[in-house]
Amino acid sequence: MANLKQLSELEGFFTPGHRMCAGCVAPVVVRQVAMAAGDTPVVVANATGCLEVASTIFPYTAWRCSWIHNAFENTAATLSGVETAYRALKKQGKINKDIKFIAFGGDGGTYDIGLQSLSGAMERGHNMVYICYDNGAYMNTGIQRSSATPQFADTTTSPAGKVIPGKVQWRKDLTAIMAAHNIPYVAQVAPSHFNDLIAKVQKALAVDGPAFINALAPCPRGWRYDTREGVEMTRLAVETCYWPLYEVENGEWRLTYKPREKKPLVEWLKKQGRFRHLFTEENKPLLEEFQQRVDREWEKLLKRCGEA
Amino acid sequence: MQERIALTGNEAMALAMKQINPDVVAAYPITPQTEIVQIFSDYVANGRVKTEFITVESEHSAMSATVGAASSGVRAMTATSSQGLALMWEVVYIAASNRLPIVMPVVNRALSGPINIHGDHSDTMGARDSGWIQIYSENTQEAYDNLIQAVRIAEHPDVLLPVMVMMDGFIISHAMENLFILSDQDVQKFVGEFKPHRPSLLDVDNPVTVGPLALYDYYMEFKRQQAEAMRGAKPVILEVAKEYAELTGRKYGLFDAYKLDDADLAIVVLSSTAGTARYVVDELREKGIKAGLLKLRVFRPFPYEELAQVLADRKAIAVMDRADSYSAFGGPLFTEVRSAMYDAKKRPPIVNYIYGLGGRDVNLDHIRKVYNDLVEIARTGEVTQLVNYLGVRE
Ligand SMILES: Cc1ncc(C[n+]2csc(CCOP(=O)(O)OP(=O)(O)O)c2C)c(N)n1
Ligand code: SF4
Ligand SMILES: [Mg+2]
Repeated sequence: MANLKQLSELEGFFTPGHRMCAGCVAPVVVRQVAMAAGDTPVVVANATGCLEVASTIFPYTAWRCSWIHNAFENTAATLSGVETAYRALKKQGKINKDIKFIAFGGDGGTYDIGLQSLSGAMERGHNMVYICYDNGAYMNTGIQRSSATPQFADTTTSPAGKVIPGKVQWRKDLTAIMAAHNIPYVAQVAPSHFNDLIAKVQKALAVDGPAFINALAPCPRGWRYDTREGVEMTRLAVETCYWPLYEVENGEWRLTYKPREKKPLVEWLKKQGRFRHLFTEENKPLLEEFQQRVDREWEKLLKRCGEA
Repeated sequence: MQERIALTGNEAMALAMKQINPDVVAAYPITPQTEIVQIFSDYVANGRVKTEFITVESEHSAMSATVGAASSGVRAMTATSSQGLALMWEVVYIAASNRLPIVMPVVNRALSGPINIHGDHSDTMGARDSGWIQIYSENTQEAYDNLIQAVRIAEHPDVLLPVMVMMDGFIISHAMENLFILSDQDVQKFVGEFKPHRPSLLDVDNPVTVGPLALYDYYMEFKRQQAEAMRGAKPVILEVAKEYAELTGRKYGLFDAYKLDDADLAIVVLSSTAGTARYVVDELREKGIKAGLLKLRVFRPFPYEELAQVLADRKAIAVMDRADSYSAFGGPLFTEVRSAMYDAKKRPPIVNYIYGLGGRDVNLDHIRKVYNDLVEIARTGEVTQLVNYLGVRE
């Protein structure tokens, strides 16, 4: 596996010439995906959201590869069309290159408004890798809650108020939902564990058929952490087992990283402004509830992966 | 070589699609368009087309996938009706803005609510400002002919705009009519090999960025070029029609004027109702009443100059709309025809009739009533009721 220095020297299809905020982890995810793809020719489809608006401000683009943005909720369907055109031309002998197809969507464009389009594309079996960069809210429109937002998080549409302490619901388990599509490859990744991420993207690109990867991609504005700690935020999410790293390959669940010692959830929460309201005397039970739920989800996953 | 056979409107559209033989079709079923999707699936399943067919999970995805395919250097099509078109809405505009030569049959059906499966023009009239070329067909023959011509119009380098080709739901889509069809080879020759005029996403050695963010500093130039393309479509539509006439003997223009030259009274109408109106024109002519008819074929681009020219010398005009615009000022066809007449050398009185909503029958008596009203308007020069609803319980 490559080391960080080698990786940072790879050019890749995504350049630093974009305008995402300092400390944003979404471009880190994209760069790592680009490193995984290496020299393989790719076509990228991008859902409306921070990554899209900040990377292709006309007449500039941060993408060295072919790239299409259509709308917010239809990235998987759009890439279905591109991939189908490719198959049509290949069959007709009009194209002979091997091209890979990668979609990037935010959690809003993937868990919520784009779920139908994604589900359809996966069910139809298009040869594409769909990567969700999950920053846990609609960041581009100003940090509104999504179904990926962690419970209790303070967002602009789930504000921590006097009566309601942030988001009420637990987050949707999209990775499991995608696994339930019985597609060849599904994985959850974090850029802190870049070798794991790159290996999974390479696996996803290699499978014949659809693959889905859920990547944790913190947002300093929405999460309110120190901009230097973006990747560290993903490490803590993994170490606390809030964001486990695993893959589902042809229906086989496998944990790809098991923390030696599970860190208490508060270590991750206390670094984020969106959870500040939990650290009061009266909200102590909420913190406990949060920890218990993370524990339960972790146990469930261990069972699924045959680890417990 | 042409063959005369009997087909329903849907069968004729599906046949034209087969003969066009697009590389990619992404479509979703909806009454009254469903048969097109079914028949086309059959062609695919039996290897009678080279098409890759994407059985999308919605019309939003149908248009999205079609946009993806059309951005990848292939000929791509879809088809829909009513709610399907409404669900596509967002992406319909994007297809036009990206200048993608997509061709789409739309079998006209009333928009909900209340839910209704029958023919009116509320679906496509709502999309009149989406940047698509819009061509309406009177019957099965026209639906077939228009769809084949649409490919050439859409893909013309001066145009590069998507085209929707309409026919009336059930009235035409489900009615069996005789029509002349071309051989597969002749259609193939007419539409030609697809030549991508847009950079293709699949040309990975020359990467392209499709659908970037363009703010106040560039957005307006995109839109200005789009407007220019629509202007450029008019001569191309006529050019393609001329070539098609050479092949088939069937002549098409921006509209079809029937006994209009010396007419005092004129009805302007779209699609299948023109057939009914033509019958009444003949009836009135026999009685010595100078009635005429203008059936508009191309609604976008709107042929305002040509319309003004042929309508200026009439004594009274009725514009019949199979959709309301809820502007409280009549239907969409009415307001546009009326606006076109502002520059005419003479401005005859113009009256609007909204009719046939949700498939409500429009019969000879309705049309007779309209011409009767026109007799009175021509005599007095006055319109007492600007917007009228035909055949409705008031
Ligand atoms: C149909 C539609 N609804 C709403 C919007 C407004 N909108 C644009 S981006 C966005 C949120 C994107 O959130 P996410 O997918 O999580 O990406 P992020 O911005 O967080 O990277 C919203 C609500 C839109 N562009 N289109
Ligand atoms: S708002 Fe958040 S997700 Fe969007 S660019 Fe800034 S840091 Fe990244
Ligand atoms: Mg987000």
